[in-house]
Amino acid sequence: MIGFLGRRLLTLGLTLWLASLVVFVVLEVLPGDPALLMLGVDARPDTLAALRTQMGLDQPAPVRYLAWVGGLLTGDLGISHTYGVPVAELIRDRLVVTAPLAGLAMLVATAVALPLGLLAASKQNRPADYGVMAFSQLGVAVPNFWFGILLVLWFSIGLGWFDAGGFPGWGAGIGPALKSLTLPAFTLGLTEAAILARVTRSAVLDTLGEDYVRTARAKGLSRGAVMRRHVLRNALIPITTIVGLQFAFLLGGAIVVENVFFLPGLGRLLFQAISQRDLIVVKDAVMVLAAMVVAVNLIVDILYAAIDPRPKAAA
Amino acid sequence: MKFLPVLLTAILLATGTVAMTMTPTGAAAQNRDRIVIGMQLEPPHLDPTAGAAAAIDEVTYSNLFESLTRIDEHGEVISGLAERWDVSADGLTYTFHLRGGVKYHDGTAFDSADVKFALERARGDGSVNAQKGYFAAIKTVETPDPLTVTVTLSRPDGQFLFNMGSNDAAIVAPESAETNKQRPVGTGPFKFDRWVSGDRIVLVRNPDFRDPATPKLNEVVFRFISDPAAQLNAVRSGDVDAFPNFGATESLPILEADKNFVVKVGTTEGETVLALNNGRKPFSDIHVRRALAHAVNRQDVVDGAMFGYGTPIGSHFAPHRTGYVDLTALYPYDPSRAKDLLAQAGYPNGFDAVIRLPPPVYARRAGEIIAAQLAEVGIRLRIEPMEWAPWLEQVFRGRDYDMTIVSHVEPLDIDIYNRPDYYFNYHSDRFAAVMDELSRTIEPNRRATLYGDAQRIIAEDSVNVFLFQLPKAGVQRAGLTGLWENSPVPANDVTAVSWK
Repeated sequence: MIGFLGRRLLTLGLTLWLASLVVFVVLEVLPGDPALLMLGVDARPDTLAALRTQMGLDQPAPVRYLAWVGGLLTGDLGISHTYGVPVAELIRDRLVVTAPLAGLAMLVATAVALPLGLLAASKQNRPADYGVMAFSQLGVAVPNFWFGILLVLWFSIGLGWFDAGGFPGWGAGIGPALKSLTLPAFTLGLTEAAILARVTRSAVLDTLGEDYVRTARAKGLSRGAVMRRHVLRNALIPITTIVGLQFAFLLGGAIVVENVFFLPGLGRLLFQAISQRDLIVVKDAVMVLAAMVVAVNLIVDILYAAIDPRPKAAA
Repeated sequence: MKFLPVLLTAILLATGTVAMTMTPTGAAAQNRDRIVIGMQLEPPHLDPTAGAAAAIDEVTYSNLFESLTRIDEHGEVISGLAERWDVSADGLTYTFHLRGGVKYHDGTAFDSADVKFALERARGDGSVNAQKGYFAAIKTVETPDPLTVTVTLSRPDGQFLFNMGSNDAAIVAPESAETNKQRPVGTGPFKFDRWVSGDRIVLVRNPDFRDPATPKLNEVVFRFISDPAAQLNAVRSGDVDAFPNFGATESLPILEADKNFVVKVGTTEGETVLALNNGRKPFSDIHVRRALAHAVNRQDVVDGAMFGYGTPIGSHFAPHRTGYVDLTALYPYDPSRAKDLLAQAGYPNGFDAVIRLPPPVYARRAGEIIAAQLAEVGIRLRIEPMEWAPWLEQVFRGRDYDMTIVSHVEPLDIDIYNRPDYYFNYHSDRFAAVMDELSRTIEPNRRATLYGDAQRIIAEDSVNVFLFQLPKAGVQRAGLTGLWENSPVPANDVTAVSWK
């Protein structure tokens, strides 16, 4: 187990280092002068030069790369060009929206998808199965931003139960903050549930076809006991993989839904930073996202080991 | 087996359509001493003397910060921190008489030393002021007493009082200048309260403001909503009370028909032009430029790109400004005349060109319509959408383009046609002479005449295809009064806003 973790951590470090190189080089190649963008079309050349010096853009690229990575290693993420505040603060402010949102969405997704998937698999080719499959097909087909707009039309404009969007901040209390995340979490969660329900159904069906399931049934175990003890545990392996992928995707990829609900999440910060050429924020945000994805993968790997003892034995 | 998903989709679509047509129940009871204003973009920071972003001005102008003079809703110069001023006969010396009893939000007193500090800082060597040019004519700033400032110019500047009323000329205090980006300290009727990053900025009433009757509200909240559909939802659900620059132009008729809302369409200083690279073939040929002017149907562009909001223009000048000359009839829409002109220029079969479009919706939509219109006369346009950053670097600064569409939003900025190395690549001695005389002229009637001459010269040279004046299209809840209808400078001046 120690060797397993050590290898994983090494891969993690290498992945992050590669990510840092890629994001730095891409931003070097990308056209666009942050100083010009900040000062606008009427700025004079001497004003632009003054700002570029202030932002440290007059240094050569390798020097800037080393300074940046050195800062990351010592926990100093630098100061945002546009906002003038520490990037660590900016990212923290956004993470406290994005991480709970992704968590809630996955909670909704698994709470809906696992029972539905199990139901569909156990009633294969019967009306319940068709119903679940139809829901799944619909969920995959409907774009989540459109579903989000529908929820706003129903629950905000029609019924007035929720605000149309925005995030009051955790300072406003847990209730209002959770309330503002409810519609977005359902928007993201239900569309992810559609995919997850399909995966669950086929994973369970695959396991149900295994010889050991027939053996278990033959030795007299009830359907329910077989489901719990033999089928579910084995089916969880592909399901865990998908849940991990979905969670990692939601951390950075919820931007479209963040736009619909005008939530100040990490995806939107990244998007704004790219269009404003706030390079330090882009670089740091990408690194934080990469680190989180890698961490989620690590957790999934550890979960595998807990669910399925075989890789451990092999190692 | 396949019919079930199809059926369910149909049901969902149908219920969705029903939901769309449901009338809004509106928000809960309005809070009468508070207003929530929606904005498309969040400001990067709140220091108007260190950035060009209009969003900074839309939060801070006249609310948090004040300048020597002040611009009102109609673009007129009124008194600001200076109660009145005298101008010497040669137009070189401005004596500003400051208001007494003015305090900054941190309790420090305001006097002439602050004015001197702010002006010297804006024009100094390390200045990062986006409009440093506004201060270029200043020779000296003197403070004979705490309530008098004498500014001497090296040359007359007809725009000086207007420029001194801009947010870029805000009078910041030496104690707080460096921290204004995050914790702005000004002299205005509202104080900065808090900033929920990415979501909102909250201002509260300044209890120590010199005029106890101002402001009328206790709290102003600016919320940032970039997606047009989300803007519409926020307005209809009552999350915001007003959206002065509303992005979902196509939805304005829905709101106009609803008695809970009032739609306001005013003017801005934005001349929207189809800019041509006069330094590059074939646009260096005046016949080609005039052909383009004849080939573009402005009203169709306004209808298609702006949903009918926006006034066609025939030169680079705002129709609401003194000195405006209507030149829209100079090149009437006439495709066959355009073809003749192209043939004269040696392009009987038209030519290929690239139009590079920045992100604003007006530019992208107008670009598509213009590409279709130019195709009628044989000009084949390839549309290249761009982000702001590369547009600024390549098109604006690098002058690497054939055509582009952009709105020039600075007030009275016709002088850009006289700037060397400006991205139009245009030069005219006749125009330069008019601009030179204008910069030395203070007498209003003569200035208006000169502005008229300037408009005619660039229209006759058909430097660009002048499209339309960018409208300020906004929506607000019924019962709200005092918000600006026009936008002479970027601002959401809340000082006079109240609920009926």
